Amino acid sequence: MGVEGIGARVVRKEDRRFITGQGRYVDDVKMVGMSYAHFIRSPHAHAKVKGINSAEAMKMPGVIAVLTGQQIVDDKVGNLICGWAITSKDGSPMKMGAWPAMAPETVRFVGQAVAVVIAETKNQAKDAAEAVVVDYEELPAAADIKTAIKPGAPQLHPEAPGNIVYDWHLGDEAAVKDAFSKAANVVTLELTNNRLVPNAMEPRAAVAHYDQAEEHYTLYTTSQNPHVARLVLSAFYNIAPEHKLRVIAPDVGGGFGSKIYIYPEEMVALWASKKVGRPVKWTGDRSEAFLTDAHGRDHVSKAEMAFDKDNKILGLRVKTHANFGAYMSLFSSAVPTYLYATLLSGQYVIPAIYAEVIGVYTNTTPVDAYRGAGRPEASYLIERMMETAARQLKVDPAELRKKNFITAFPYQTPVIMAYDIGDFHASIDAAMKAIDYAGFPARKAKAKADGKLRGIGVSCYIEACGIAPSKAVGSLGAGVGLWESAEIRVNPVGTIEVLTGSHSHGQGHETTFCQIIAERLGVPISQVSIVHGDTDKVQFGMGTYGSRSLAVGGTAIVKAMEKVEAKAKKIAAHALEASESDIVIENGEFKVTGTDKSIALPMVALAAYTAHNLPDGMEPGLKETAFYDPTNFTFPAGAYICELEVDPGTGKTSFVNFVAADDFGRLINPMIVEGQVHGGLAQGIGQALLEGAVYDNTGQLVTASFMDYTMPRADDLPSFQLSHTTTLCPGNPLGVKGCGEAGAIGASAAVINAITDAIGNNKLEMPATPDRVWHAIHG
Amino acid sequence: MSTVKLTVNGKAVSVDVEDRTLLVHLLRENLNLTGTHVGCDTSQCGACVVHVDGRAVKSCTMLAGQAAGSNVTTIEGLAKGDELHPMQAAFRDNHGLQCGYCTPGMIMSAVDIVHRHGGKLDEETVRHELEGNICRCTGYHNIVKAVLDAAGRMKVAQAAE
Amino acid sequence: MYETNYHRASSIDDAVAQFAKGTDSKFLSGGQTLLPVMKQRLAAPSDVIDVAKIKDMIGIDVSGDTVTIKAATTHYDVAQSDAVQKAIPALANLASMIGDPAVRHRGTIGGSLANNDPAADYPAAVLALGAVVKTNKRSIAAEDFFKGLFSTALEDGEIITQVSFPVPAKAGYAKFPNPASRFALTGVFVAKTKSGDVRVVATGASQSGVMRVAPIEQALKANWAASALDAVTIPASGLLADIHGSADYRANLVKVMGQRAVTAAG
Ligand SMILES: Cc1cc2nc3c(=O)[nH]c(=O)nc-3n(C[C@H](O)[C@H](O)[C@H](O)COP(=O)(O)OP(=O)(O)OC[C@H]3O[C@@H](n4cnc5c(N)ncnc54)[C@H](O)[C@@H]3O)c2cc1C
Ligand code: FES
Ligand code: FES
Repeated sequence: MGVEGIGARVVRKEDRRFITGQGRYVDDVKMVGMSYAHFIRSPHAHAKVKGINSAEAMKMPGVIAVLTGQQIVDDKVGNLICGWAITSKDGSPMKMGAWPAMAPETVRFVGQAVAVVIAETKNQAKDAAEAVVVDYEELPAAADIKTAIKPGAPQLHPEAPGNIVYDWHLGDEAAVKDAFSKAANVVTLELTNNRLVPNAMEPRAAVAHYDQAEEHYTLYTTSQNPHVARLVLSAFYNIAPEHKLRVIAPDVGGGFGSKIYIYPEEMVALWASKKVGRPVKWTGDRSEAFLTDAHGRDHVSKAEMAFDKDNKILGLRVKTHANFGAYMSLFSSAVPTYLYATLLSGQYVIPAIYAEVIGVYTNTTPVDAYRGAGRPEASYLIERMMETAARQLKVDPAELRKKNFITAFPYQTPVIMAYDIGDFHASIDAAMKAIDYAGFPARKAKAKADGKLRGIGVSCYIEACGIAPSKAVGSLGAGVGLWESAEIRVNPVGTIEVLTGSHSHGQGHETTFCQIIAERLGVPISQVSIVHGDTDKVQFGMGTYGSRSLAVGGTAIVKAMEKVEAKAKKIAAHALEASESDIVIENGEFKVTGTDKSIALPMVALAAYTAHNLPDGMEPGLKETAFYDPTNFTFPAGAYICELEVDPGTGKTSFVNFVAADDFGRLINPMIVEGQVHGGLAQGIGQALLEGAVYDNTGQLVTASFMDYTMPRADDLPSFQLSHTTTLCPGNPLGVKGCGEAGAIGASAAVINAITDAIGNNKLEMPATPDRVWHAIHG
Repeated sequence: MSTVKLTVNGKAVSVDVEDRTLLVHLLRENLNLTGTHVGCDTSQCGACVVHVDGRAVKSCTMLAGQAAGSNVTTIEGLAKGDELHPMQAAFRDNHGLQCGYCTPGMIMSAVDIVHRHGGKLDEETVRHELEGNICRCTGYHNIVKAVLDAAGRMKVAQAAE
Repeated sequence: MYETNYHRASSIDDAVAQFAKGTDSKFLSGGQTLLPVMKQRLAAPSDVIDVAKIKDMIGIDVSGDTVTIKAATTHYDVAQSDAVQKAIPALANLASMIGDPAVRHRGTIGGSLANNDPAADYPAAVLALGAVVKTNKRSIAAEDFFKGLFSTALEDGEIITQVSFPVPAKAGYAKFPNPASRFALTGVFVAKTKSGDVRVVATGASQSGVMRVAPIEQALKANWAASALDAVTIPASGLLADIHGSADYRANLVKVMGQRAVTAAG
């Protein structure tokens, strides 16, 4: 490994601009003649829009226009789409209601936009918005799954009778029935996976500009995948053809899934910028983020696991109701199906699995992928189940897991996934050692003497990353392919630009990707720059989510590099009058092996561009592109163990220790990987202890600000003890698996398993607030 | 509308703003100092923290008029030319940032914490003192490390002065 | 935020005069409550009169058995004050638990009391210590000052100038923060006066704002010890209930925080 190559803890190249206040986020963008948008949003969870009167508002100072849902429909701007078609058990396609960017007739969740005011200043737009009179006729609302699926419940969309989007299943029902009939023990568990609000710290924003002369639009937006945004905006929303639309996602302040989707506000900003003939800026505030950013999770599940007399798992049956909110967001349909049920085998040999998933509409904010997306829900269910089973079967939870681990790879689960490689014993052993699992009973006894309830909880997660083989996902209903592209430009002076479709919004691509180049060419990373986030610069890309950037995006870079190196070697061989096969690349030089003849990369690059002396028939230039489509998912896995104490007087939990042993395959930059794990763990712990979106029965979001939605703060969390056990991913040349979501996937179960261990009561829902824990202790 | 005169990062400025203008908006919109961010509308996230007369405050919870006559330091004014402030350097060296959005407020709060506590900082104090700064990316682990590291560096720097 | 007119008052009299000129004026002190409310467009004062820079309203004075804190003194200055730490450490400690450092750098005791948020910390100390709230017009005993949620005895245009706390024999404060907002989910201030009277006040718990807790006062009068509360039960009726704490949970917290406050008081 070079000092800046693979495996080096290189400090991030991008940091300087952020720590000096020079980052450039969407809200920092200013354009000449810029106007400001403010949306008028429904205060009701379900209502008919009877009329919108903007006469008074139009007279207010600075107002340029008030535009309504009817106008956007009249202008034939397309409805929002859901990009993954799921087929129900009975063979019928999923049942979706229309989602217009602003509601012309019916609003179905609090915060849904009905109109927008465009004004000279943000304050003027807000002032005028209050003068717009919207006449609503309130309708009864179904604010949760239970209400929505009751007979006679308020109906959201005529297309989806009973508010059911789909009733889907996976696995072998008969085989599971058979397994349960042979069971020595059956363990049952009912649980809720609480709804979360992503809350990236940068609120969403958009700046849209229409150039009348060129009939061309530019959109600055807070997106994890600007190319997907452009594709969807042009192909489905009829905003502009792709070549007339440039989408730029500059610095983006966190995403966690919530900035994958193309939201109504971006569509409206673009549309409005043409209508008013001015650039339009919209910056959401936190209150709007709570109401309109796609939420995450929100499952209610019932699970049963069958064991034989030796405590080996025979089968698993799961029935899950998934809340989609009021509309089907871009990837929502895939989350509780192909990203969830396919991971229900966990790290275990489970001969038979059957999962049913019922997707439900409710009068709440749409729900879609949030860090982990489906996999945290699966992991939480399995790991709560293993713990519950261990308690019921009266065996050590770690031992029960070990007894049932998959040990031979590749391993085909009964739920589609084929795990390529892993070593689950290695990670749990590392975690148990790190936390001194054996010494726990003594520590528990000591804590008891001090009046504290101490608990320990294990969670062994596996996830599928590197999303995803295009052909496979296509056959399962995906509307897009999930490959990635890269372009490497070696400039005439030998500096290198890497153009990638993977967007960076905190993940450190600008450093990690450079390290891949540094490793291959032996050049310092200062000579390499990463270009991303602009559809005019990068030809195409599928973006950043599902921990795919390195496994898929990074591999595309490697593939492009291979082409660059092959051509460069030809040029070097020609210049050095050597055979191409004798050329090796070292420290930025092309050398003839076994000789002292060499030529530096800048000279090769220059030769490629001057083209004075290239091999016969060779095109000038040194620039290559590659599209990489993965052959399989990657399967990061690991073991988390949490030790904590509960204060019986208040129900408050405090951490004693949290250890993580992850297998991410090869680590390109361990420092960045650790940072990803820390952040993921915080979100997983947040879900377990603190966070939960709560609606009242009229569909009002009770937790609509940081005053009521508990964000993890520094003093809620411990320092984490991380370690890595490594099996290299055989599916890509880098041997990497992905690390962005693991923490969020594995942590919650470890925490709840530990609290329930501490208090001796297995019945506890997330978030385990002090109130809930206190009640679980005292009844 | 009023004319507000104040000193920002050592420079005297005078701006005409509506009386409802918050300090953060004066900084971002009128002075183009966009390093100071807005992450919430309930005064809780700390993305907007700047120093007013040497104390960390939330610039989203202060009218521009309240800052008239004051000395304001923002993230842009922390480094001495090309030389990073020790807190900035510690955030980079300890990977105390990911998306960078909370970072300016975090760094301004952290500098204030070290000023107030001097060398007497431990992990628990740092975590408690960061109560008013929310980060969604880092899980705080490396932020806490960075603050403790910087506290050491700032002590050394002070001793050297 | 709606447009407003900002005035910086140079003296208490100036503040009162400026206030009278506006159609719907409000005093602005630290702004840590008023500005968030204005940002949400839940308040629309025509004029805001900034009192935070009035010299006569800033400072701490300890003389004999009284600690006097001027109304525009920040939470930070109270928490840091050697004099307060020495005379009534529980009060300095309470101030150090309000919000976060940036909030403490600007928020003031006068603003906190005038606002009388049912989950605020200061009201507990003011009531438990039997403090006197002084305004430009009169002195108001703590008992008479707090009038339920967000309301006080203050008249329109009346300005708090200072608060005087009698130094107690013993006092302690224990706060269980709301996990999200960090205001008091329940905080309990216990005080034993130099004449031997015991006053216990809970904040964050009651539907009618800050409240004396008679059962705990009785138990502590008999025996000033945390264990004296073991047998006490606090009725849940009349207590707040929300997603962060049910009424019975808050009732429990009143007792448990009461015990911890006694332990802190020593
Ligand atoms: C993030 C955050 C966390 C917080 N956490 C806590 C907490 O944990 N505990 C807690 O107790 N508080 C908390 N607060 C509130 C904080 O303590 C405020 O500082 C306080 O409530 C109000 O004081 P202020 O000086 O900021 O008043 P302002 O906001 O300026 O004014 C508040 C009200 O009082 C009036 N007023 C102000 N001064 C006077 C005066 N001298 N005479 C008459 N009327 C006056 C104003 O007109 C206004 O109606 C928090 C605030 C924030 C933003
Ligand atoms: S922007 Fe969130 S506290 Fe100021
Ligand atoms: S680094 Fe992204 S919010 Fe802190």
